[in-house]
Amino acid sequence: MVERRPWLDFLSHAILIIGVLVIAFPVYITFVASTHTTQEVVQSPMPLFPGTHLIDNYATALSGERTGTGSHASVGRMMVVSLVTALVISLGKIAISLLSAFAIVYFRFPFRMAFFWAIFVTLMLPVEVRIGPTYQVVADLGMLNSYAGLTIPLIASATATFLFRQFFLTVPDELVEAARVDGAGPLRFFKDILVPLSSTSIAALFVIQFIYGWNQYLWPLLVTTQENMYPVVVGIKQMISGGDAQTEWNIVMATAMMAMLPPALVVMLMQKWFVKGLVDTEK
Amino acid sequence: MATEKRVVFKSAWLPWVLLAPQVAVIAIFFFWPAAQALLQSVQQSDAFGTSVQFVGLENFRNLWNDESYLESFKTTAVFSSLVAVLGLSLSLTLAIFADRVVRGSGLYRTFLIWPYAVAPAVAGVLWLFMFAPSIGIVSYGIRQLGMAWDPLLNSNHAMALIVMAAVWKQISYNFLFFLAGLQSIPKSLIEAAAMDGARPWRRFWTIQFPLLSPTTFFLLVINIVYAFFDTFAIVDAATKGGPGKDTAILVYKVYFDGFKAMDLGGSAAQSVVLMVIVVALTVVQFRFVEKKVNY
Repeated sequence: MVERRPWLDFLSHAILIIGVLVIAFPVYITFVASTHTTQEVVQSPMPLFPGTHLIDNYATALSGERTGTGSHASVGRMMVVSLVTALVISLGKIAISLLSAFAIVYFRFPFRMAFFWAIFVTLMLPVEVRIGPTYQVVADLGMLNSYAGLTIPLIASATATFLFRQFFLTVPDELVEAARVDGAGPLRFFKDILVPLSSTSIAALFVIQFIYGWNQYLWPLLVTTQENMYPVVVGIKQMISGGDAQTEWNIVMATAMMAMLPPALVVMLMQKWFVKGLVDTEK
Repeated sequence: MATEKRVVFKSAWLPWVLLAPQVAVIAIFFFWPAAQALLQSVQQSDAFGTSVQFVGLENFRNLWNDESYLESFKTTAVFSSLVAVLGLSLSLTLAIFADRVVRGSGLYRTFLIWPYAVAPAVAGVLWLFMFAPSIGIVSYGIRQLGMAWDPLLNSNHAMALIVMAAVWKQISYNFLFFLAGLQSIPKSLIEAAAMDGARPWRRFWTIQFPLLSPTTFFLLVINIVYAFFDTFAIVDAATKGGPGKDTAILVYKVYFDGFKAMDLGGSAAQSVVLMVIVVALTVVQFRFVEKKVNY
């Protein structure tokens, strides 16, 4: 604080509180809608305070035993698919990136820089711009409606490799020399020294990639045609069909709450790593 | 920072083994499809996919002459500039005040960052629900004010809806970068200016804002990329590109033409145009941001 300006301090708090309220409003409405019956939600205006059907609605959504139009898939199953997908994408990306960054930084071999640039190029093209042919490849490999099809094509981007490369370059050379003197080979050095040293970067990256994996929409929409392989983010969209009045909005909103919860928890609980991960991956 | 290691391990085979998984994945799921997209963009297949014929740049010429494609370009331009300008200015405002507040700034940050975790598709569903013409709570409020509101029929309303949802989702991201940028400006600079009698408003425009310009520029590029690519789910969930084709941004059109209308050549040509746009944006970002980032 540079100087005392009580009026400005008050204004700051006021604006921040308004900002927080405006940003939280859609989620509050979602929560309220998820605690009422369908009839209560579709009347206009809908109630502004929570109702009494919270447990009913969430149980109905999880089991998928509902009556309205639209998809009737079980949200419980969708949550499992989402969780597996997000974990495989985040852990898979971290694993192959650690290995390739280690190879590029700690070894000299022919075409090293060519590989480096090949990996670099993948930073530029999100899966959205090559969906047609990527879909074709996955279909030809018989990977539609499988976890492999949902995850492996999304592991194929190299942000993480760059993050680890940057980090490895800051690790003192003396550590390698010491490891050598002690008779440790490269794999030993990698496992016992480099990976433990990288644990902060790994945690940071895990948060970002978990959210990325959980929130995927376009890709799962293409590669899954069976309801039992829908991640929740795709499934929720299939529950809305026809006009607003036929949709069971209370169940849709209960599903939305459940779809938001895991990534939001990851962000809140791992805030420190989340911020680091965001800044490191992007810059 | 060093760009090479002085001390390295020696092995003829180990680095290849370590690289193999990464290279296999990017070769199969990245380079092969990207090459296919380039190839398809110069080919035309008949409706049954039985014969394929080389047509050179005809797909691109068709795009150029296709009213709906040019319209989609305009839609994307309007959408992404609105998202970038609104998203950046709102989050900068919040970051300035959060930077000023000493007590409770951690709490504000916690409450402001979580929309980042919300999936774009879910954001689309939330905003669709609030703004649905007959049942939406905000639509009800708008009607009470005596205004008409129907994003299903009015394209301006539909555009407003997807812009709001996209900005809502992106504010937290911009906010974090702006806040980090503001906090990295040396306090002594601000204090010196305050001693010279510069008031907060003036200090902001003469010191903080210019020093934030690399961050702002970086975020501008990131926000444009976001509006171009990551908002597909918002559009699909909230408006399905409608009414008519008035909110069909470029990514939506690639998907629609390729997977619904089955025009592979046209869709591939559109993909190639998009690739060129991303590569250009990335190059701009690296050249300018890397150069200007050390203040």
